[in-house]
Parts: sequence; structure tokens; C-alpha cells
Amino acid sequence: MSLLDYFRTTKPSSASIAKERLQILVAHERSSKTQPSYLPQLQKELLEVIRKYVNVEQDAISVNFEQDDDQEILELNIVLPDEHDKVS
Amino acid sequence: MARIIVVTSGKGGVGKTTTSAAIAMGLAKKGHKTAVIDFDVGLRNLDLVMGCERRVVYDLVNVINGEAALNQALIRDKRCNQLYILPASQTRDKEALTIEGVGKVLEELAKEFKYVVCDSPAGIEKGATLAMYFADDAFVVTNPEVSSVRDSDRMLGILASKSKRAENNEEPIKEYLLLTRYSPDRVKLGEMLSVEDVQEILSLHLLGVIPESKSVLNASNSGIPVILDEKSDAGQAYDDVVARYLGEDRPHRFIDEEKKGLFGKLFRSK
Repeated sequence: MSLLDYFRTTKPSSASIAKERLQILVAHERSSKTQPSYLPQLQKELLEVIRKYVNVEQDAISVNFEQDDDQEILELNIVLPDEHDKVS
Repeated sequence: MARIIVVTSGKGGVGKTTTSAAIAMGLAKKGHKTAVIDFDVGLRNLDLVMGCERRVVYDLVNVINGEAALNQALIRDKRCNQLYILPASQTRDKEALTIEGVGKVLEELAKEFKYVVCDSPAGIEKGATLAMYFADDAFVVTNPEVSSVRDSDRMLGILASKSKRAENNEEPIKEYLLLTRYSPDRVKLGEMLSVEDVQEILSLHLLGVIPESKSVLNASNSGIPVILDEKSDAGQAYDDVVARYLGEDRPHRFIDEEKKGLFGKLFRSK
């Protein structure tokens, strides 16, 4: 590997940065398009219920929807706070 | 039965009107009776690019509202007698368009014409969604640039869900990629997304690449569709696009950097 190659690999071209950013963005936007429309509302209501018992942050809940050929998976992830943060 | 083509992109300024004018002229020149409709109500410009701005009497909204007959509003091109232009209204807004109205106009055009080219406005509002609603084929005009590629992907989603074909569970709209304002030398330097990059992201059938070219502005300056400038690279690229669309097998051109001779190197004109 020559010195020139070293510099090339450390500094990607702006076009390759553009491509990478677009691939991530487009994949994300395509997947969110197929999500059921009730997801944001579901997330909000779940948060309200959980907050009755545990003092969790706004971003402590993530709701994910995935679709395969023959099944749909609704994934719910709740991060509980440390013991001393609990309500009463 | 006519084939309805929508020229769309989401983003503005990528070359929709230039493309609409060029391919409509190209199809007409090959002997197919073609109509080209400006859907950009309120900001019409196709008439100017086609060079018939002083001959506009009635427009699309007049026809929809029954204030003029379709034949009165259609402007026959002076260079090619197979080509007709239906201008947009300059004074109304996009709300003047209705799905029933547009459907009726297209149905009437379909009886007489082989191809109907719909020049979509930018954005995803009423004018744009109505321009694509009845389409059989979509030319997605894209620049090798992040915001244009993203908007094109968004348009693909809308084409697949909010068209007449989608709603009636018919065969989906055929989508083609048209990459415009392409600079092979910048691609080589790693400053611009390549044809392959854009195709990989959008996974679309490539209909053609139109190089960044001075001839496009020169053509619109004088109201001549650039495809009529047969000596120009952009004109030839559009000619290839029309031929490919009609089923001809033509290799892609203008994708690689042109080799400059000593003269070219000394006097860089591009």
C-alpha cells in the first residue's frame, strides 16, 4: 500500500459519503412507510400507562414494527430506570 | 388507446419541463401523435420552453371548467404537426384542478393521441398527484444530488400507492429513471454520485443519462425543445431516451468522461 493509497482511504470522496447517507435514509424512510399508522399513538399511550408506576423518560420506550413475508413483529422495548428513581 | 406518461421528480429545478418538452417532441417526430400537458397551474412554463407562449388563448383549467373546448385550448406545434401543447392556467391556483376534470380531459385526449405527456409541478401537492394519478408510465427525473434522490424515492412511494392503477389493483405504473445534469468528470473525481450509485439506491430501470450541457439553457432561451438541437450532447441523449422508451436498444452514452485532446486540455470550454 503506497502512501498515496493511505491518504485516499482515510479521506472518502464526498460522493461516497452522499451514497452512504442516502442508503441509510432511504432504507429508514421506506420501512417507516409500511408501519401501521397507530404506532405513534400506541407509543404515547404506553408511556402514559407505564409512567403511572415507574418514572421513565420520554425516550425509554421504543416501538418497532417489522414485516417479513409471512409474519409481522411488533417489538416493544422499555428501559427501566435505576431503583432509586422509582416513584414512591 | 393512448399511453399516458408522467414526468415527475418531487424536487424542483431538476429538469421536468425540459424533459417533457424534449420527449414529447421526440415522440411526435417519430410520427406518433402526442399531446403534452402542463400541470403546473399558477406557474406555467412549458409554453415558454416550447416557444408557444404568445399563442396561448385557453388553458387546462378553462377546459376542465367547460369554458373552452379541448380543441380550442390545444396549441399545434409549428415545427411538428404531430405535436400539441395544452398549457396550464397562469392565474388560477392548483385547487382549480379536480380528479374528475383531469380524468375527463385525459379520456378525451386518449381517443385522438398515441401519447400524452404530463409535465408535473414540483412538490407532492394536488397538481403533482393529479399529474401522476392516471399515468401508465412514469419518468422519474433525478439529479445526482442527495435531495433530488431522496425526493425521487418519495415520489416512487406515492406512484406505487396513490395512482389509479394502484387503487384499482391493476398492473403498477412502469417507472423509469432519467438522470439529468450529469457531469462525468465530477463523478470521476468523486464529487458526484455516479449512475450506478443512484440506480443502486433507487433500483429503477435506467432510461437515460442527460449530461450537464450548455445546450439546455440555449434551447430554453429560444423556446426550442433541446432534442431539436441534434448536434448537442443533451439533444442526442434525449433522442436516445425516446428511442429506448419505444423499445429500441441503444447503448448509454455521455456516462464516461469525454477524452479531451491537446486542444481540449489547453482550452477547457466546459
